Amino acid sequence: MDWLNAVVQGTLLGGLYALFAAGLSLIFGVMRLVNIGHGDLIVLAAYLGLTVTTATGMHPLFALIVVVPTMAVIGYVLQRGLLNQTLGDDLLPPLLVTFGLSVILQNGLLEIYSADPQKLEAGALETASFAVGGLNLGVLPVLTFAVAVAVIWGLQWTFYHTALGRAFRAVSDNQDIAQLMGLNRRHIFGVAMALALGVTAIAGILLGIRTSFDPSIGGGRLIFGFEAVIIGGLGNLWGTLAGGVILGVAQTVGAKIDPGWQVLSGHIAFLIILAIRPNGLFPRISA
Amino acid sequence: MTKIFKRPSRRSFLTGATAALAAPALLSATRAYAATPTLRIGHVSPRTGPLAGFAEADDYVISGIEKALAGGLQNNGKSWNVEIISKDSQSNPNRAAEVAADLILGDEVDIIVAASTPDTVNPVADQAEINEVPCITTDCPWQPYFFGRNGVPGEGFASTYHFFWGLEDVIGSFLDMWGQSGVAKSVGGLFPNDADGNAWGHPELGLPKPLAEAGYNLVDPGRYQPLSDDFSNYIAAFKESGCEIVTGNMIAPDFATFWAQAAQQGFNPKIVTIGKALLFPSVIASLGERGDGLSSEVWWSPNHPFSSSLSSASSKELAEGYSAASGRPWTQPIGFKHALFEVVADVAKRAEDLEDPEAIVAAINGTNLDTIVGNVNWANGPINNVSKTPLVAGQWQKDGDAMDLKIVANSAAPNIPLTGELNLLG
Repeated sequence: MDWLNAVVQGTLLGGLYALFAAGLSLIFGVMRLVNIGHGDLIVLAAYLGLTVTTATGMHPLFALIVVVPTMAVIGYVLQRGLLNQTLGDDLLPPLLVTFGLSVILQNGLLEIYSADPQKLEAGALETASFAVGGLNLGVLPVLTFAVAVAVIWGLQWTFYHTALGRAFRAVSDNQDIAQLMGLNRRHIFGVAMALALGVTAIAGILLGIRTSFDPSIGGGRLIFGFEAVIIGGLGNLWGTLAGGVILGVAQTVGAKIDPGWQVLSGHIAFLIILAIRPNGLFPRISA
Repeated sequence: MTKIFKRPSRRSFLTGATAALAAPALLSATRAYAATPTLRIGHVSPRTGPLAGFAEADDYVISGIEKALAGGLQNNGKSWNVEIISKDSQSNPNRAAEVAADLILGDEVDIIVAASTPDTVNPVADQAEINEVPCITTDCPWQPYFFGRNGVPGEGFASTYHFFWGLEDVIGSFLDMWGQSGVAKSVGGLFPNDADGNAWGHPELGLPKPLAEAGYNLVDPGRYQPLSDDFSNYIAAFKESGCEIVTGNMIAPDFATFWAQAAQQGFNPKIVTIGKALLFPSVIASLGERGDGLSSEVWWSPNHPFSSSLSSASSKELAEGYSAASGRPWTQPIGFKHALFEVVADVAKRAEDLEDPEAIVAAINGTNLDTIVGNVNWANGPINNVSKTPLVAGQWQKDGDAMDLKIVANSAAPNIPLTGELNLLG
């Protein structure tokens, strides 16, 4: 029963990791951009949620109505104003720029919100749980997992059933030819980033309800996001969910053996998969 | 576009250039012939980064000290000006060493002080020791300070001194608090894999041994990585062993994760006493209703019966002054930061020769001062170069709208009055 509990809790944790990773996976899939500032953007979203909830007194989940569009606008402006200038054949400039962005975001947040740990108050949702076959499952982790599945399904549907998704896939396959066919790739990239940061907003709010956050915790969350993306296969959204779950289960099962191995066993699972299948489990793009 | 800047004329350029050339001569002259010499104090603290909470009252404390010392210090019948140069460690030990070296070699400070966690205190003290600059530090348990710097008991250090409490005091005050509660003697331990967690969980020097001696059963599943997202396995282990007490040394985000998951998975301990994470009112506020009843060690509070040797303000006045100036609740590091400068001022008054580092070190060694955090006297320390201040245990309790840290166990320092009784959780 203990082992089953570890696996179930790990799967639910994987939902959170998949949410961290979905935005990364999306922008890498569309424009080959590795966003080092992703973790800090998650924290930024959590702080935006905090601002909205303290200003209006509404429930953090309702704050999503404000935070998701705000983050999407930030994403579009960020992409068109800054990141588009750095995209080219070389992977390094966007990497460096997003690294700088991460430093600026951390210190900006520290200046505005101070170093105090903050938490989004979600009332009974934080501690509510229900029993299933002898296991106690928290409502919030289950909700997080459900949201992760819904978000990935939504992104996947957008990719394969809409005109926008076709545009994403076109610029992803070949930017120049897509441009020749009348797609404005700068705009498409902006929309992709807007969508990615919209997902980040959801991840940030759920993180803020789950635990307390301060301006410096973004970097620590980034690595799990990256690992989930790479385990699942670059640019594959369902793969990202699978990657998140594998990472989460590896961590909780490792911790079951010895708590010191929690993070380590996640990294080991990642390294094993990287060694056996360098492109991840379900690669969509050959690297 | 309109032209904003005038081009410099030949005449104004000449005036400016001459002044610039002549300035160093004038400036060095003022320094050489100054009537009152200046004592320079270098100060390193984590103003930004994850430890910034410890340093949030720096500006308030230092401006208070500067006000108290505005008339200068008297040393051997001579008046000295005091200049405090404060630098930010960015919560990073490497950066702390760098700014300490900068203060010592660049600003040529006479005394260097540092506070808040081994990550700030140890690198600064190491730099001071190498460069033979007198150094006083606080706000870090003495074991990580002394053993973390490879100190040898009996020898100690040449020019670096430290005052705070130690792990034996934390253990004592926790046991004192739990003992009076009458709950089952089964304790769950949450120790991270960092300097503090390893020291607290150390089988010989940490909690396990004294807890076993006092008849407690400690369930310690192992060391977790800080910033962990999941504590299910800890919770399962604690539930299985019927733990009614949870203790450990955690950072705030980890505690919040643990505490929410404990509720979700139906684990309801009666006492939760955690070091470090529960020090600050802002952390307790962020936990909402679930913050009520958590307990922690108390190094200093507005109810401590001590007052400043510099400004003669009581603990209450210092804490309330900060709340009035900043609009934020008091925090425990305020008292220690103030006391740090009290000790420096006292040393500077007593030193036989303020120009001579060795004379300053001798004065530090001879300190016997009643500060706002208690008596500081290196002759009474548990080990070389360390002086201990009293420690009690407290519980966060709802007082009106806000949470107040009530002192609920004081047998180690009965002169610090109790302000409340321990309430069990749940």
